[in-house]
Amino acid sequence: MGLSRRDFLKVSASGGLMLASNLSPLPALAREPVARLPEALGILYDATVCIGCKACMAACKEYNNLPTDRSTPGSLWDDPLDLSAKTVNIVKLYRNGAAQVKDREINGYSYIRRFCMHCVDPACVSACPVSALTKDPKTGVVKYNKDNCIGCRYCQVACPYNIPKFQWDQAFPQIVKCQLCEHRIAKGGYSACCEFCPNGASIFGNVQDLRKEARRRLSLKVGEVASYPMHRVDSNDMRERVVTPYQQKVYGEKDGGGAQVLILAGVPYQKLGLPPLGDESTASHSETLYHTLYKGMIVPYVVLGGLFYLIYKNTTGHELP
Amino acid sequence: MAEFDKPSGRKGAARSSRAGVHAQTGTEWESLGGSKVATKPFLVLAALALLAVIFILYRFVAGLGAVTNLSDGYPWGIWITYDVLVGTALGCGGYATAILVYAFNRWEYHPVVRSAVLTSVFGYTLAGLAIFLDIGRYWNGYKLFLPWTVNFNSVLVEVALCIAAYVVVLWIELLPTMLEGYPDSAKAKSTRHRLERWLPVIAAVGILLPTMHQSSLGTLMIIAGYKVSHLWQTHMLPVFFLLSAITMGLAVTVFESVLSSIAFKRPFETPMLSKICVSMAWVILVYLVLRFADLLFRGAPIFSSGFQSFMFLLETLFYLAPLLLLFSAEWCYDLRWIFMASVSMLLAGSLYRFNAFLIGYNPGTGWQYFPALPEIFITLGIVALELMAYLYFVKRFPVLHRVECPTPR
Repeated sequence: MGLSRRDFLKVSASGGLMLASNLSPLPALAREPVARLPEALGILYDATVCIGCKACMAACKEYNNLPTDRSTPGSLWDDPLDLSAKTVNIVKLYRNGAAQVKDREINGYSYIRRFCMHCVDPACVSACPVSALTKDPKTGVVKYNKDNCIGCRYCQVACPYNIPKFQWDQAFPQIVKCQLCEHRIAKGGYSACCEFCPNGASIFGNVQDLRKEARRRLSLKVGEVASYPMHRVDSNDMRERVVTPYQQKVYGEKDGGGAQVLILAGVPYQKLGLPPLGDESTASHSETLYHTLYKGMIVPYVVLGGLFYLIYKNTTGHELP
Repeated sequence: MAEFDKPSGRKGAARSSRAGVHAQTGTEWESLGGSKVATKPFLVLAALALLAVIFILYRFVAGLGAVTNLSDGYPWGIWITYDVLVGTALGCGGYATAILVYAFNRWEYHPVVRSAVLTSVFGYTLAGLAIFLDIGRYWNGYKLFLPWTVNFNSVLVEVALCIAAYVVVLWIELLPTMLEGYPDSAKAKSTRHRLERWLPVIAAVGILLPTMHQSSLGTLMIIAGYKVSHLWQTHMLPVFFLLSAITMGLAVTVFESVLSSIAFKRPFETPMLSKICVSMAWVILVYLVLRFADLLFRGAPIFSSGFQSFMFLLETLFYLAPLLLLFSAEWCYDLRWIFMASVSMLLAGSLYRFNAFLIGYNPGTGWQYFPALPEIFITLGIVALELMAYLYFVKRFPVLHRVECPTPR
């Protein structure tokens, strides 16, 4: 054996350092969860209020210059089956059995709007190697910059909601996703989907206010008449409606580390295609592990030093000068 | 790196007797000088590579959707899983043998270092090429190297930069072999001697970089969360990827040595291959203990995932097979068993990587992926290119270990 016990211990110690940092119990090491930004903007979508008119889809296409997506042959209208590089906002239908009662799980139906959740701690932003996806430090909007994007699609792998879409049919493709009508917000406006929602199912506003509004709705008595704001959470344009049963949970409040888009529904969220996520974001798991190994490049340098020492000795037969 | 001989030291005496045999020629490696390069198999490979080039051109004109079955649900397909994940693991021969020889001071394995480095060079270089084909906005690729655009929270950055750096290191490691191909040039000789002095640095970096990016390849999938089945989704992913890289590196070294002995009608290096295989089996044992401890610790059910469970069991079976070598001294020295053990390990490691990235990956209902024909042909073309480069190099440059008593051709 050319390998002395001492040398083996030296190599194992440096390699073991790297492994040990992996093996230690993770929750204790987890990086600080990302806090909500005070001025974060978002959307509250209430499926019990939604009438499935798809006005938000038409408005979204118009104000974001997105092409029509004709999924059935001979179709005259935009009729996407799912989100794609042509469609960043969609209203889907859940139905069960006879589909008689709205917002009921059994023998009922429900609409569900899907678009970017604008996560508090977005996996896509953590994953993107070239900062093409970023979270606005003030509004928290998850934005895309095609000038940086290399098209690696790691954001698609990372996103728990499968939101970023890729232009597979283009020679010079881009990633396409909802950016909360950031261009309209910059000019003092707000998201087109909320402006053109005729029923107040989607309302725009500060996320803190949206959370309060969502909590208020959950506390309403079923069967009573309550007033619901239209278009914006801080709007004076109110609408009266009879409260229908809610699932006692605001989806997006904590799910996957929290989101700036909050969802209320009468049918269990999982049935509507919203994945059950823990309270911690996958980005925090990934970054905790990754930064534990590579913080300040200390571990790699220690390993490199150890390797150099060993190899110098093994190839020259001398200790380091 | 393969070039550098050990000048002195504890193992010096053992080696000098062997070196004496080659005193006339000066090195322990030889090129297969007389052999023709453009043989029939070589031309078949060239045809495959040409077909791939046509599909690649089409990919750049018509987009990724035209040649692949990739979708928004399965954004990564066989180009990432096979060409990059399995490709670089097959390219870990240089890494694994360098650990044995330089870090653990086991100079008896020195003869295989050179051919191991050669396969590593092509495995990694072509994985780099595959990444270039796969990324949609390749003209922005340079942004990965600009400090002000790079996102240091992204695991992919570590993987990309580390692989890029390692490709450069591998070519430097191959340089002495190439320089030796020009024995009449004084300049080649002096460059070689200057490189020799840098050996400890080059070898150390050449071990550190694969340790970093092979483990990070596993870390890549942690952010995918629930999309990766509980059979593979664990914070131990980096450890498992690293261990599978080392075992695959050892296996591919054995595999390649046996195949080139057959192809070029050279004697088998059975005693050395047997020792490599036994080392490999010990690492596999460590891996399996950790793997099942992790499953047990997380309370992950093994049999409840249908096809994924089946693939997990298949992967585990391939991992277990090489362990048989540990139980029988007789099998240990039987070339057939050694070869089978290496093949089994290669299948196990490849399957593990496919499982963690593709088969165990489920973005939700409604998505399916099976590679399209052009997608497969592009991967085959890349493999063909790799084999062609290997064939050319072993015939042109002194790569293969000089054999003491060559069998008659």
